[in-house]
Amino acid sequence: MRSKIAVVGEKASVMGFRAVGFEVIEAEESAEISATVERLVREEYGVVFLTEQALSKVPGLLDKYKDTRIPAIIPIPGRDGTLGIGMQNLHKSVERAVGADILNH
Amino acid sequence: MALIRVNPTRMELANLKKKLRTSQKGHKLLKDKRDDLMKKFLSLVRENQELRKTVEEKIMGVYEGFVIAGAVMSPAALDEALMMPKQRVELEVGSENLMSVIVPVFSFETSGGEGDNYSYGFVSTSGELDSSVAALADVLPYMLKLAQMEKSAQLLAEEIEKTRRTVNALEYVRIPNLQETIRYIRMKLEENDRGNTTRLMKVKDMIVQQGIEEQKARDEMAG
Repeated sequence: MRSKIAVVGEKASVMGFRAVGFEVIEAEESAEISATVERLVREEYGVVFLTEQALSKVPGLLDKYKDTRIPAIIPIPGRDGTLGIGMQNLHKSVERAVGADILNH
Repeated sequence: MALIRVNPTRMELANLKKKLRTSQKGHKLLKDKRDDLMKKFLSLVRENQELRKTVEEKIMGVYEGFVIAGAVMSPAALDEALMMPKQRVELEVGSENLMSVIVPVFSFETSGGEGDNYSYGFVSTSGELDSSVAALADVLPYMLKLAQMEKSAQLLAEEIEKTRRTVNALEYVRIPNLQETIRYIRMKLEENDRGNTTRLMKVKDMIVQQGIEEQKARDEMAG
């Protein structure tokens, strides 16, 4: 299946991704972000990279789509550095599967 | 443990025994599945953790490059340089069956960027921008690998959770209930049997008694 890749986040962070051919959508407000992601899900994007800064504004967004095959919503660090959401998310899935977080930090 | 509400008959007993056998077989299979999934999941997640660290570092490096480029160039020029990308990334989503969990497989193709993937002329842009774009193009495959891994890990985690629940339900609820009910029906049937035997003995006694009395009466008539 052909699909597309999108990068969503604040302008300063995501701007550069345009150069390598990702579809870049600038969104800063929480309503804007969740609306964008919803649209991308509807349009069957395969991968949505979302900056952690944007993700932190819409709590629960990751959990909403974690059990669907696509899109894969993947947190990436924003320009101001990583907030650890991506790692946290990984630990969460371990906790879910094993019942306890057994990854070393 | 709660009994299953059934009639204590032989028919029910046979049915329950069949159900118990199926449950036990299912329990064993699911347990094996869970253990195997767990093994796969843990190695995947460890790899995932490493990859995420690498990707995060690489992306931060790319940002640094862009910051420097942004400092050298005017924001407008930077915007303009990145506005019309030459290269397009096409994503191909396949799927793979990982222990009955369908996970996506991402492969990608870049198109349009013949020779180089700089979407701008070199006059109005700085060299830092070039190297950041090149670095970003380097990170691209890692990012997609990460996406695939994280999604697989999430889907596996979901499947493990589901399997674990089923295993527990079978082990701690379904199988004990069935066993208890089977025992209950067995005991009930035995009790019925015993009741029946005593009843028969009683009836036999009564018939014998009647026979004796009839004999007595006949003897008196004759005597």
